[in-house]
Amino acid sequence: MTAALEIENLVVEFPSLSGPVRAVDDVSLTVAQGEVVGIVGESGSGKTVAMLALMGLVPDPARVRASRLAVGGHDVLSLTERERRAILGKDVAMIFQEPTTSLNPCFTVGFQIEETLRVHERMDRKAARARAIELLAQVGIPAPETRLDAYPHQLSGGMNQRVMIAMAIACNPKVLIADEPTTALDVTIQAQILNLLLSFQRERGMALVLISHNMAVVADIADRVAVMYAGQVMEDRPAAALFHDPQHPYTAALLAARPESRIGDRLATIPGAVPSLNARPKGCLFAPRCIYATPRARDERPELRPWRDGKVRCHYPLGDETRNARIAADRQNAAETAS
Amino acid sequence: MTALVVADNLARVYRTRRGLFEPPRELRAVGGISFTVDPARTLAIVGESGCGKSTLARLVTMIERPNAGTLTIDGMDSRDPGAADDLRRAVQLVFQNPYGSLNPRKTVGAILEEPLIINTTLDKAGRRKRVADMMARVGLTPEHARRYPHMFSGGQRQRIAIARALMLSPKLVVADEPVSALDVSIQAQVLNLLIDLQTQLGLAYLFISHDLAVVRFIAHDVLVMYLGLAVEYGDKERIFERPLHPYTQALLAASPAAGKAWRSYRPIKGEIPSPLDVPPGCVFVTRCPYAAERCRLERPAMREVGGRAVACHFAEQFLAMPPEAVAAPA
Repeated sequence: MTAALEIENLVVEFPSLSGPVRAVDDVSLTVAQGEVVGIVGESGSGKTVAMLALMGLVPDPARVRASRLAVGGHDVLSLTERERRAILGKDVAMIFQEPTTSLNPCFTVGFQIEETLRVHERMDRKAARARAIELLAQVGIPAPETRLDAYPHQLSGGMNQRVMIAMAIACNPKVLIADEPTTALDVTIQAQILNLLLSFQRERGMALVLISHNMAVVADIADRVAVMYAGQVMEDRPAAALFHDPQHPYTAALLAARPESRIGDRLATIPGAVPSLNARPKGCLFAPRCIYATPRARDERPELRPWRDGKVRCHYPLGDETRNARIAADRQNAAETAS
Repeated sequence: MTALVVADNLARVYRTRRGLFEPPRELRAVGGISFTVDPARTLAIVGESGCGKSTLARLVTMIERPNAGTLTIDGMDSRDPGAADDLRRAVQLVFQNPYGSLNPRKTVGAILEEPLIINTTLDKAGRRKRVADMMARVGLTPEHARRYPHMFSGGQRQRIAIARALMLSPKLVVADEPVSALDVSIQAQVLNLLIDLQTQLGLAYLFISHDLAVVRFIAHDVLVMYLGLAVEYGDKERIFERPLHPYTQALLAASPAAGKAWRSYRPIKGEIPSPLDVPPGCVFVTRCPYAAERCRLERPAMREVGGRAVACHFAEQFLAMPPEAVAAPA
């Protein structure tokens, strides 16, 4: 069975006065058909840019390189612009964080849904309108016939996100990428939208990629989670295992910093800040903030290697019995070389 | 111990016109809310957008005057013109967006010094010393004083905003979503700082947030708002352990937390009604899974049930039910 989504060694660089800046650095991710994958990371970790690159939506000066970028087995990189547009928006659709600003304010929501159907499914006006009403009903908008003629500013944020979802599922995509779909919404509405996304995913066997900074949202919904930091995937494992038994020190630190995991009346923090894009460390990108960092970790960038039930980018994964001995040995070695 | 802040039946109504010839209508942003905040305690105001929590913050900070009700802070009545200066010094604000709330054309030193120039008679050396002390307290280094806000990350900017709020030694800090714009690891640093400052300085916080995980960490008391009214108010642990208002129950059930069986969860339906169009009975009746005829006709008053105040006709029944039954409405 071909994977719904394949990304191999994706690099996205933006030119700047001080040389190219790497927003996405060697990201590989595969999503199987019908799988729910979460991508978590703090701001600037490259989670959005990686997905925009896949959609061909990163703005022009950026350079996108990859060994493979494929949707449903179609290699997106080798397609012409025309062929690419036929796939994107049809086989793979994306919804965004701010539903009200993602919709065109000058057209009714009905027009915007019908446009997708007319372009990709070659429907005539009448058929497109009938299908749009059906779609709005499916995403749970009351009185869809009248809502079709509403402009985005006349609807609430939750309703607009439902419209975005209706547009995204209009052509029965194989993959739906949801970039922080509920961050701008209230919790009770967030629950409604997540339930809606999950019900479509289950009914249609669609793959769902959920980008979020909220660990709890992802923990409950995803089958598998990729944790990104400074443009790289640090850990990629089944959701339950990753949350109960993180293998990368960054994942562990991120989980410990959540208000839910308080110890007494304080929270664990991660010292320092994410490295700036034009001053990236030579070795492991997390080494400057990692309590386990050794001279080896500072010098040598670890690969994303298979580990247990997934992949981890760390010289000393947390569940490795030999890690303490190896950390001690590597520190010892460095001390001897220095003296 | 006497309460630092006593709000009694605070209300704020706006008059709006929707068209040139339409008669003005009344929009009740806050419709009669009472609470108290003790020194060195945190009261969290929880609710979704449009519930009136920010209007409540504007009333407590005296940016806005209430149409009804009284507000007493540190023994002073907010309507007393003679106490206005003292009152304003006693209450300070921290905003949600640290990118928009600091003047980009001033250095951090100047930003922190400004309140002292306006409100105190300290000389330059005295002001500089107070600025340096406060910067050290919030975890900034002395060389940061000469830098501009754009040179800092979001977390550091929020530290600057907190330092500015504390320059005049206020008794109450009103924090409107102070950590919602920050990443998890940075959020943890700022929350720890807020807790440290509270213990060291005896500050009271009015903490406005929609994030229940953050509220559970930082608050002592919680007030849940819906459509301009308080629906449940009391001790944090009691409310989180045993929510008695269906809206509080829905909020807690809808908040994602690792390890919850989310896939089987059925969220409450509908959206918050327009505040121009408030239901005559219970404000939550349009979305409540337990709504009965009585709820449509008669607005429940806040009353004491199970050690907290709650505005629901059926609160006693919820208290008598086993907790699992309340957590999963059919």
